[in-house]
Amino acid sequence: MIAVLLILIPLLAGLISFFLKSERAARSWALFSSLAALAVAIIAVTANGNESNLAFRADWMGALNSSFSIRMDGLGKLLCLLNAVAFPIIFLGTWHTQYTKAANFFGLMLLTQAGMMGVFLAMDALLFYFFWELALIPAYFLCSQWGGPKRIQVTFKFFIYTFIGSLLMLVGLLYIYYHTPDRSFDIKSFYAIQHHITGNEQTWLFWLLFVAFAIKMPIFPFHTWQPDTYEQAPTSTTMVLSGVMVKMGVFGLLRWLIPVLPAASWAWGDTVSWMAVIGMLYASLIAIRQDDLKRLVAYSSIAHIGLMCVTVFSVNEIGMQGVIIQMFNHGVNIIGLWIVVELIERQFGTRKISELGGIAQKAPAMAILFVVIALANIALPLTNAFVGEFLMFTGIFNSAVTKYNVWFTVLAGLCIILAAVYTLNMIRKVFYGNTVERTANAIDIGLMEKLALGIIVVLIFWIGIYSQPFFAISDTVSADITNSILNKQEVLPVIKK
Amino acid sequence: MQNALQIAWLIPFLPLIGFLINGLGRKHLSKSAIGIIGSGVILVSFALSIWVFLQVKQSGAGYVANYFNFINVAGLEIPFAFQLDQLSSIFLLIITGVGFLIHVYSTSYMHDEKTEHFGRYFSYLNLFVFSMLLLVMGANYVIMFIGWEGVGLCSYLLIGYWFKNQEYNKAANKAFIMNRIGDLAFLIAIFWIISRVGNVNYSDVLLFAEENRFSTTDITAITILLFIGATGKSAQIPLYTWLPDAMAGPTPVSALIHAATMVTAGIYMIARSNILYSLSPLTMNIIAIVGLATALLAATIAIKQNDIKKVLAYSTVSQLGFMFLALGTGNYVAAVFHVMTHAFFKALLFLGSGSVIHAMGGEQDIRRMGGLGKYMKVTHITFLIGCLAIAGIPGLSGFFSKDEILAGAFARSPILYAIALGTALITAYYMFRLYATTFRGSFRGTTEQQHHLHESPGAITTPLIILAILAVVGGYIGIPEYMAHGAHWLQEFLRPVFASSNEVLKPHAISHSTEWMLTGISTALIVIVVAYAWSRFSKKPELEDARGVGKVLENKWYVDELYQKVIVNPLHKTAGFLNTFVERLVIDGLVNGVGRLVNYGSRQMRLLQSGQVGSYIFLMVLSMLVIFVLQFFLRK
Repeated sequence: MIAVLLILIPLLAGLISFFLKSERAARSWALFSSLAALAVAIIAVTANGNESNLAFRADWMGALNSSFSIRMDGLGKLLCLLNAVAFPIIFLGTWHTQYTKAANFFGLMLLTQAGMMGVFLAMDALLFYFFWELALIPAYFLCSQWGGPKRIQVTFKFFIYTFIGSLLMLVGLLYIYYHTPDRSFDIKSFYAIQHHITGNEQTWLFWLLFVAFAIKMPIFPFHTWQPDTYEQAPTSTTMVLSGVMVKMGVFGLLRWLIPVLPAASWAWGDTVSWMAVIGMLYASLIAIRQDDLKRLVAYSSIAHIGLMCVTVFSVNEIGMQGVIIQMFNHGVNIIGLWIVVELIERQFGTRKISELGGIAQKAPAMAILFVVIALANIALPLTNAFVGEFLMFTGIFNSAVTKYNVWFTVLAGLCIILAAVYTLNMIRKVFYGNTVERTANAIDIGLMEKLALGIIVVLIFWIGIYSQPFFAISDTVSADITNSILNKQEVLPVIKK
Repeated sequence: MQNALQIAWLIPFLPLIGFLINGLGRKHLSKSAIGIIGSGVILVSFALSIWVFLQVKQSGAGYVANYFNFINVAGLEIPFAFQLDQLSSIFLLIITGVGFLIHVYSTSYMHDEKTEHFGRYFSYLNLFVFSMLLLVMGANYVIMFIGWEGVGLCSYLLIGYWFKNQEYNKAANKAFIMNRIGDLAFLIAIFWIISRVGNVNYSDVLLFAEENRFSTTDITAITILLFIGATGKSAQIPLYTWLPDAMAGPTPVSALIHAATMVTAGIYMIARSNILYSLSPLTMNIIAIVGLATALLAATIAIKQNDIKKVLAYSTVSQLGFMFLALGTGNYVAAVFHVMTHAFFKALLFLGSGSVIHAMGGEQDIRRMGGLGKYMKVTHITFLIGCLAIAGIPGLSGFFSKDEILAGAFARSPILYAIALGTALITAYYMFRLYATTFRGSFRGTTEQQHHLHESPGAITTPLIILAILAVVGGYIGIPEYMAHGAHWLQEFLRPVFASSNEVLKPHAISHSTEWMLTGISTALIVIVVAYAWSRFSKKPELEDARGVGKVLENKWYVDELYQKVIVNPLHKTAGFLNTFVERLVIDGLVNGVGRLVNYGSRQMRLLQSGQVGSYIFLMVLSMLVIFVLQFFLRK
């Protein structure tokens, strides 16, 4: 039942929120609801040996052989935890940001959270698709109603992209459904599909699903919706999109692509990895030339997610663990970056790096917290991202499925250097040096923001120094996913490139 | 020994505590409290290091202390563990000992800073010592790497300590980024090791190597990658250009981080992995050549520098090159020996230069100094001792360690020896050019500066005196075999660390008479050069701008400009091209094109929805006809 609560709490709280009158009430209600969800998530994650609580099954669409089947496995636990941790931090960090029609705004935010919870929990393909859309549609309204000046144009692009992705995914899922022997959307039937379709079919299905997930992550060259959307969306929505929602893409690979189509994942892994590696370098280079803080963080995120994609297709247990923990880390860290970007924009009225400077003199707390988070973002040791990236790179280098492992390691490794270049230059221009006109009277951050950033910093060092409890959460998932390919070598020869 | 193990974690932990107290309390603590906490934690660490050292010396063995699992996933186990043995205990002493002196020195040197920034300074300095201790105490490559990047971070923070100055911030970024290039190679080496050995513990990796289980390709790749990492941290060709720029930081920082400790991390790393290198002759040759080339290149540049700290910076790069030459010739003990003596005399010289800069009111150009010996006696005498030590005058510490490196080079090849000796002569020359221009002759600054000239207070001169004593006597722990049998204490002490390497390399000793001759030649030449430089620059310091070759040297062989042209600018241009052309026009253009096509298509389609029943019927009939025709053809 606990797992159901995780979906129900934000869903009901979101619906109730639409009827709230004052902005204050809506804001407090959203924070309260997100804290409740967090409490439930922590109980779920720490409930060892009581797995029956973490699964739920009910009839849903019996005619289609699809049921409301959810279960919280190791992967789901960590991502639900991320989803539950992210929202209170977002609400705290943007506590002083004003929204028109706040009740609707917070309602939609909570509905998004509910949808994402469902995505991470669903054990039925149709249910998965349902939640996938449930998460997207409120996000679409959040961008189009509360976004920046170019929101209509940009949201249209966002919509078209994600809509095409969803459509491809739906076609793929339906095709698989029709070829399951028992005509079922159940995940077990999906995991058995490989024995009932030809290699050619696997290939086509692989690309249908991969493109859907690649758009979400996003992977080069399906990424151009992302910098625009991140830039134009209200920052708290950007936090949701980049902190949690992009993980739906990576999650999709891990749960609904690789174990379903292992042979095709093996066969096309190199192609996909090359796309991701090129995308990493491409995004890192572009990040160097960005003057808008939001776009800089957006491109940096493309590079980080690209690394996850390469690692996933390297199919190595160590690397898989790295990806799983890194999804959590990336979510936490990038929300921290956005909070500071939001504070800067609200206080100084600009996000342009060239129009800022010397903030560290006036607002040391903001500068210190930001620098810590930025250093975590470039994976300095003893921060959380180092643990994740170290394992991911180890996984790529030791990959048994590709002969380009050294190339991938070196090329992706160059992005570590480039990340230092754009991050340190941004810090230098925004925080160091002398103040400029806009920043001459800067004031430091308040209690709520300190609290939000403080929680993030604690998580950064906790996972960075002692990550074992977090690895314990995700448990044997990485081995299962890896083995879904590596143990299925007998079906591999059916694929011809 | 068990006792030592139980408290060993305190050695890095105390500076970490100091960092937290000073960092968080910088607005609430007084300057003296900050200074006492900052220096005090290092002093206690130093005392503990001495104890650990004595324990190691007594037992003659190394121990590993496991604390917790840093990473333990999917069969990859990386413990958070410390290794206490001969090599790490020597480095512990240098880091905490010299570190303590520099902390004390800083309490006076940085006293004009605002309390808040004073606290920030000491917290960074403590954090640095913590990271450096992790680096040398770690029992595996990952813990070393944590310290490795940690010291890089502190170096970045301290170079950019005066963060209002964007030039300093740029220097800080440059240091961090160039170090990161090396760090990437280090990381790849770690991945490579994991792929072959399955973990990263020194004991397992070195045993794996001793048992000859690495293929030649593996060991060559791993050693070269680790060495590239070392070139970043220890400022060797091609990644050395950040170190002279790092002089933007406060002078005590230059002494501690950019001379005595952090930059020797690369030497520590290779000495720690010595058996890997001994099994890879190709890498050994590369190291010897790169080290010697760096030593020579930096020495030539130092000849024409006029900033007192820049001369010392290039001299550091050059001396580090000597250490790599020693490593490359399999002379590991000599490298560690030189790390130690260099820590003494180079810290001394930097702190001395700080005392000078202080007296000169911030002036760093030696052309505006001169005759300072009259005004600051302690600084003068101690600085002179430092110069004599680095030049290699017999009896002082630098003589013993440098002599050992030269002898090792001779054993490998007379050509290496000749170039190294030439570099040593250049060193003597530029150091005494520096000394004479600064302390001899008559004062060339403004009268206001002249009135201001004074000896520095006790907190500055006391560390100078202690370091000067160490710079004199530090060499006597390594008296060469040809002078006195069995008197090389350091060699005996470190023997277990390098035992397997010595079996592999079987260094062929040169006869005692040859060694006496070599020492005689080098000493005579050095004394001549010292005397020449001393008298020449005391009488007529170099005040006019350099011309010809001198100008090239003054401009550091234009290497920075070359890097800018060949690497930085193209990278920037490529990034700009991708940003403005590929991203905006090609990819986004394609996407928007598709979007427009859809829009256009739907607009046309909309026209069909006219609402007139007649046109719908017409379309239906038309479609049925098309289907009918198609069916007809397809059936055939």
